[in-house]
Amino acid sequence: MTEGKKRDQTLGLVANNEKGLQVDQALGLVVSGSVEKGTEVRLDSQASVEDMVVGRYVTIAGKKRRFFGMITDISLGVTDPEIAVSPPDTADTFTAAVLEGTATYGALHVLPMLTLGGEATAITEGPQPVKTVPSHFSRVNLASESDMELVFGKEDESRFYIGNPLDMETHLCLDLETLVKRSNGIFGKSGTGKTFLTRILLIGMLQKSRAVNLIFDMHNEYGWMGTSEGGQRQVKALKQLFPESVAVFTLDEENSRRRGVSTDFVVKIGFEEIDPEDISLLRQTLNLTEAAVEAVYQLRRKLGRDWMQKAIDLNDSDETRALLAEMSIHESTFQNLKRGLATIRRLPFIVSRSPVDAVKQIMEYLDRGMNVVLEFGRFRDIAAYMLVANMLARRIYNRYQEKMEASMGGTVAPPTPLVITIEEAHKFLNTEIASQTIFGTIAREMRKYNVTLLVIDQRPSAIDEEIMSQMGTKITCLLDNERDIDAVLAGVSGKNELKTVLARLAPKQQALIFGHAVPMPVPFRPRDWGTAESYKEFTRGNNYAQKAEKDIKDLFD
Amino acid sequence: MENKIAEVIAAGSAEFTAECYELYNIPPLGSLVKTINEPVEIIGVVGQSMTSGFEPGRRPIARGKDEASEAAVYQTNPQLTKLLRSEFQVVVIGHKNGANLFQYLPPKPAHIHGFVLPCSSDEIQTFSRSFDFLNLLMHNEQIPPEELIAAALREMSRVQPDPSAFLIAAGKKLTGLMSGDYQKLKAVLGRLTL
Repeated sequence: MTEGKKRDQTLGLVANNEKGLQVDQALGLVVSGSVEKGTEVRLDSQASVEDMVVGRYVTIAGKKRRFFGMITDISLGVTDPEIAVSPPDTADTFTAAVLEGTATYGALHVLPMLTLGGEATAITEGPQPVKTVPSHFSRVNLASESDMELVFGKEDESRFYIGNPLDMETHLCLDLETLVKRSNGIFGKSGTGKTFLTRILLIGMLQKSRAVNLIFDMHNEYGWMGTSEGGQRQVKALKQLFPESVAVFTLDEENSRRRGVSTDFVVKIGFEEIDPEDISLLRQTLNLTEAAVEAVYQLRRKLGRDWMQKAIDLNDSDETRALLAEMSIHESTFQNLKRGLATIRRLPFIVSRSPVDAVKQIMEYLDRGMNVVLEFGRFRDIAAYMLVANMLARRIYNRYQEKMEASMGGTVAPPTPLVITIEEAHKFLNTEIASQTIFGTIAREMRKYNVTLLVIDQRPSAIDEEIMSQMGTKITCLLDNERDIDAVLAGVSGKNELKTVLARLAPKQQALIFGHAVPMPVPFRPRDWGTAESYKEFTRGNNYAQKAEKDIKDLFD
Repeated sequence: MENKIAEVIAAGSAEFTAECYELYNIPPLGSLVKTINEPVEIIGVVGQSMTSGFEPGRRPIARGKDEASEAAVYQTNPQLTKLLRSEFQVVVIGHKNGANLFQYLPPKPAHIHGFVLPCSSDEIQTFSRSFDFLNLLMHNEQIPPEELIAAALREMSRVQPDPSAFLIAAGKKLTGLMSGDYQKLKAVLGRLTL
């Protein structure tokens, strides 16, 4: 270093870093703040305000402990209001250079979220939630890789790498065993990458959580081949990567065969399996009146298990009229109901008597630790989806409940934790019907019976508030509707700051995760999916290939 | 001390006055000079300077009516160089004691008849590594502070390897000192262009 350069550094004259920010670079000093609103940091004159990014992580070196926080806002300030009124002439670069960083400065709003080190608990149990603010003039630095690792963890037996915090190389790792203990949600506008994110999370769960998944796959994207955004290329899905632990069930055999999917089971649903609760759930979709729904319960009571078949078979005769009069069901109500039931009956997977009990099959697979993807084939309309998902989930949940109660008695082991993935969740979990569907119950009662939900939705504001509040971890891609943003962030500390971050996510491949499974809210870029390289990465921990090799070796030795 | 240029004729803690050995041989406004009061070297910036007659009661009179040039006036009246004298005031901005440099007032003022010498480039460079002296310049009462500060910084910048970077750093220091008086700051900055 030349003498001149050395002196320049002592005077703080070194020009702005042309390469942008470096990890661990000093940014500035804390000048004010509060626990509730976060801290104000005045930028050093060497750090350019244009290099700062909302959502970046910083560490603040307090006197007794270090704080880990996120930049939530960036602003420009002047010490003297007169400067803003009569700024220097644009040609006067000298005055502008002098004022930069002194009378005019950049300021960061940093929300401290965790403390690193300091107290005994922070040393033994890792980062702790923040309960104070750093003292005046504490130095603020960009978070280093090692700090990030301390906060976001390393990939290990229970932690799964889901992506990178924005603009960083660090791996964001989720403790999936913790994650699946509660219901979780993935939100985002259509086309923001919810499906890709869900695939990644599902793979993580099947590799590292010891839970099994039941996926109601409305758009046939999770079991076999899915399409990338824009539909230009085919991307692999779960069964292609993990054939030994994923089974694909289908409601539409023909469609699955045409798509070249190797299915394990074709699901048929018998009339007798449909309960009045299933119909009442579909009231809006089937355009039924309140009275018609009421009539369903009466018919069930009167006609028994076969009520649906019998009700459809009732023809326009005096006997029918007498029967209806006996139950005080009005003729027009009955016609309304009949039309609705006919819609259901037209679904090809509904048969008068199912040869095999689909629920039993699913349970068998789940008990073996297999993950089940239920494809809907061509039956993508919401009525079919709601009917099937609700019906199957309810009966599976009942089985789990029985098993769990048996295990409480101490005779058998508790069932493997189950995660049920549902799409278009607001249709099941809106305020009107959340109390009637089994998903409402699962979301509220959570893990008591070892069953939790993974909710995928694009309209979180339509989901019942109570259910949203019970979700452990939420991952959200870009949302731009104010009500949706409010619904997702309800009850999170630093909500306003996170709003800024959420609204600035890129429309694709960026998401914000917060809640139970992460120590603090993190905007991140999900892992790559769709390239040969990425598949290799995902299946690296997969012992399937090794097992096959071992089997071959054993066979020939 | 071959390069001595003047001698102290009045001294206070914050300033001293020196008389030049040669008429008109006044160091430029804002330049750095020193005088030694063993073991302390007192450093200051040249402020107000003037040239006048020796006797306060006798004012010089105009003599060049018939001369072609100013130089001819002095040639025709050689006594003038003996009857007139140049003196300048120095605002003290620091002192040096051995190897230690301080940018605040010395414990004792300069001695009368102490020699005054211009500071060398190296000395100026060493002294100008810090800008704490600006505060002392701002509070001088002889000359408008904006003028004196700007002159001193211009003089110092001449010996710097990167004069414009030096002036920017000085400007940043001034911005802190003059916070609340943007117009005054602008006046100084306007005088700092080389």
